Amino acid sequence: MSKSAEEEHRRKAFGWAARDSTGVLSPFNFSRRAMEDGDVLFKVLYCGICHTDLHSLKNEWGNTVYPIVPGHEIVGIVTEVGQKVEKVKVGDKVGVGCLVGACHSCDNCTNDLENYCPKTVFTYNAKNYDGTVTYGGYSDIMVANERYIVRIPENIPLDGGAPLLCAGITVYSPMKYFDLNKPGMHLGVVGLGGLGHVAVKFAKAYGLKVTVISTSPNKEKEAIEHLGADSFIVSRDQAQIKAALGTMDGIIDTVSAVHPILPLIGLLKSHGKLIMVGAPDRPLELPVFPLLMGRKIVAGSCIGGMKETQEMIDFAGKHGITADIEVISMDYVNTALDRLAKADVRYRFVIDVGNTLTNAESVTGRL
Amino acid sequence: MSKSPEDEHPLRALGWAAKDNSGVLSPFNFSRRDIGADDVGIKILYCGVCHSDLHSIKNDWGDALYPIVPGHEIVGKVTKVGTNVEKFKVGDHVGVGVIVGSCGNCETCKQDLENYCPQKILTYNTVDHDVTKTYGGYSDTVVVNKNFVLRFPDNMPLDAGAPLLCAGITVYSPMKYYGMTEPGKHLGVVGLGGLGHVAVKLGKAFGLKVTVISTSLSKEKEAVERLGADSFLVSRDPEKMKAAMGTMDYIIDTVSAVHLLGPLLGLLKMHGKLITVGLPNVPLELSIFPLVMGRKLIGGSAFGGIKETQEMLDFCAKHNVTADIELIKMEDINTAMERLVKADVRYRFVIDIGNSFA
Repeated sequence: MSKSAEEEHRRKAFGWAARDSTGVLSPFNFSRRAMEDGDVLFKVLYCGICHTDLHSLKNEWGNTVYPIVPGHEIVGIVTEVGQKVEKVKVGDKVGVGCLVGACHSCDNCTNDLENYCPKTVFTYNAKNYDGTVTYGGYSDIMVANERYIVRIPENIPLDGGAPLLCAGITVYSPMKYFDLNKPGMHLGVVGLGGLGHVAVKFAKAYGLKVTVISTSPNKEKEAIEHLGADSFIVSRDQAQIKAALGTMDGIIDTVSAVHPILPLIGLLKSHGKLIMVGAPDRPLELPVFPLLMGRKIVAGSCIGGMKETQEMIDFAGKHGITADIEVISMDYVNTALDRLAKADVRYRFVIDVGNTLTNAESVTGRL
Repeated sequence: MSKSPEDEHPLRALGWAAKDNSGVLSPFNFSRRDIGADDVGIKILYCGVCHSDLHSIKNDWGDALYPIVPGHEIVGKVTKVGTNVEKFKVGDHVGVGVIVGSCGNCETCKQDLENYCPQKILTYNTVDHDVTKTYGGYSDTVVVNKNFVLRFPDNMPLDAGAPLLCAGITVYSPMKYYGMTEPGKHLGVVGLGGLGHVAVKLGKAFGLKVTVISTSLSKEKEAVERLGADSFLVSRDPEKMKAAMGTMDYIIDTVSAVHLLGPLLGLLKMHGKLITVGLPNVPLELSIFPLVMGRKLIGGSAFGGIKETQEMLDFCAKHNVTADIELIKMEDINTAMERLVKADVRYRFVIDIGNSFA
C-alpha cells in the first residue's frame, strides 16, 4: 500500500499544490527524501512562476499526476550538504531548475545534455527513480543531487535571478547551439513574455541587433526603451513584416499559442534559423518552398543541460542580467496564475517563498 | 516590339518546347546568343529529365513563361570558347546544371552559393539579364557563361552522369552542409526516385548506414540488392515504423507529394536532422513538440553552387557514383513524361540528344 505524500520520505516539507485540473493551489503537507551523500538541501527563498507551471496545473498536456507542487525556478540558501558534496557549502546561494535527475550514462548525459536524456527526471510532476513523484519549488525546502544544483553568482539578486533557471536557459541554450550569438548578427524574438524578454537581454549582451516581433503594439515602448531592443515589429502588420523580409540571421520563437510561421520564415535571411522554444499543442503549417529556396531551418530546443545552465547564469552575472519580475506572496499565487493566463505580467511572477509561505496555513489546508 | 524566339539571337537552335499547361512537348525553333568573350558554346549530347521539368511545363508552380524548353541536366561537348575562357577548350566534355547566371556581387555569390542569389538565372524559364528568356537542355546547343559550366570527369559516362547535375547536387549539397557525412552514422532516404536513388549511392560512398523509407514494398529488393541500401522501411507499416523510432541521425526527404512529417521526425534520434529537398505545393503539418523535446530540426536545400557541383561530380567520379537511367529519344519525351507522373522509371530518363537531333 503506497504511502501518503507526507509519509513517503523522512523530512517534512510544506508547499502549495493543486489537487485537480482546476489548477487551484492550496497548502499541502508532503515530505522530501533524507539526504544522500551527493545531496544538497536548501531553504527555498524564491520560486519563479513559469508558464509550464500553468499548463501542468491544468493538465493541458494530459500527463499531470495530482497533487502537483509546481515550480522549477527555485532559489535559496544551502542549509545542509551530503558528505560527498564539493560544489557548494552551507550558506551558499543556489538554485534548481527544471531537472533533478537523469541516467548519467547515455550519450546525452555524457555530453552534459541531461535535458535530452530519455530517462530525465523533471523537478516536478515526474517519477523519481525510487518511484515517488517529484515536487517542485512552491515549497519551503528542496533536496537535490549536487549535479542539479546551480551556484548563483554573488551579484545576482535571488528574486530576479530565479527565472533564469528555466526562462534563461531555455533561450540561452539554442542561441549557443545554433550559433545565434555572434556580435553583429540580427536576431528576432517572437513574443515578449518571460522567455522573450530574457532573450532580448541575452542577445544585447552578445552584441546582437535585436528585433522584437509581437502581436501587441503597446509593448513597443518598453521593448525599446527598457529592454534595449533595436526595433519592434507588430506581427499582424503586413507592411512592417514585408519591410523586414530577409533581414534576420535567426529568430527565437517563444510563443506557445498556435501561430503562422510563414512570415517568420520570410523574415530570415538565406541560411537563417527559426528556433521554436514554445510548444504549441496543435500542429503548425510548414511552408516547404521558402525553406528550400533559402536553405532555412526550423528547429526546436528544450531547456538546457546542467553545465550550460551554470554557464548561462555566470554569463548573466557577468553582464548583470536578471529577469524583470513582479514579486508576490504565496497566497496571491492563484490570482497570479489567472493573470499569467492573460499574459498580464511584466514579465515573470516570482513567489517570495521565504517570507510568505507559512506553516500556519497547513492546519486549515490539510485535506 | 519583341522578337520571335527564332530571331532574338544570332545562332539558330532546335529544341522541344511545351506551349501551354497541357505540358505536351513538340519541336520548337529558337535561337541562342552568340558566344561572347566569357561564353562557352556547347553541342548537347544528353539531357536528364528532372521532375522539375514536369512541374514547370504543367505550370504547377504558377510561374510558367511559355513556350518552355526544359532540361537542366545537360552534358555535351564544347564547340567554341570566348577569348576570356581559360578553363575549357573545344572538344572538352562539360555539364550545365540548374543555374546559368547570378549577380556575382552579393554575399551569397561571394560564398560560392549562386543557387541562393536573389538574382540567379535558371537554365530555363527565367528572364535573363538581356531580358530574353532562358531555354534549357531539351535542345541541340546551349551557350553558357564560363562560370556556370562544369568540367565533366573523364571516367564518368556522359549519359549516366547527366542526372548528377541536378539530382546529384540536390542531395550532395545538404549532405555536406548539414554534416550528414560522418562514417557510421545512419541516414534515412525518403522516396526512391531520381533524387532518392542517388542519395542512397552517395550515402554509401560517405560510409553511412542507409535505410530507404518508401511507400512501395516492391522497391525493397532493388534498394537493398542493387543500390546497396542497408535496410528498407515501408512507411505505411506502423509497426515497422515504430520499431525504427529514434534510430536515424539524418533523413533526406525527396518526396514532393504531400506527406506526414511527424512519423519521419519520430525516426530521428535526438538532435537529428530532417532535410527536405522535395517541393510539395502546399504547406505540410508540423508538430512542434517533438522538435522541441528532441532538439530536432527540419531544413531545406535547393540544388547547389557551382563550386560544390564540381566537387560533387569529382566525388562521384572517384566513387563510381552515377544515376541509374533509361535512355530515350527526344520524340519519346511525352510518353516518358506520362510515365514520370506515375513514377514509372528506374530512376531517371535521359534524352539521347546527340542521336535525336539531326
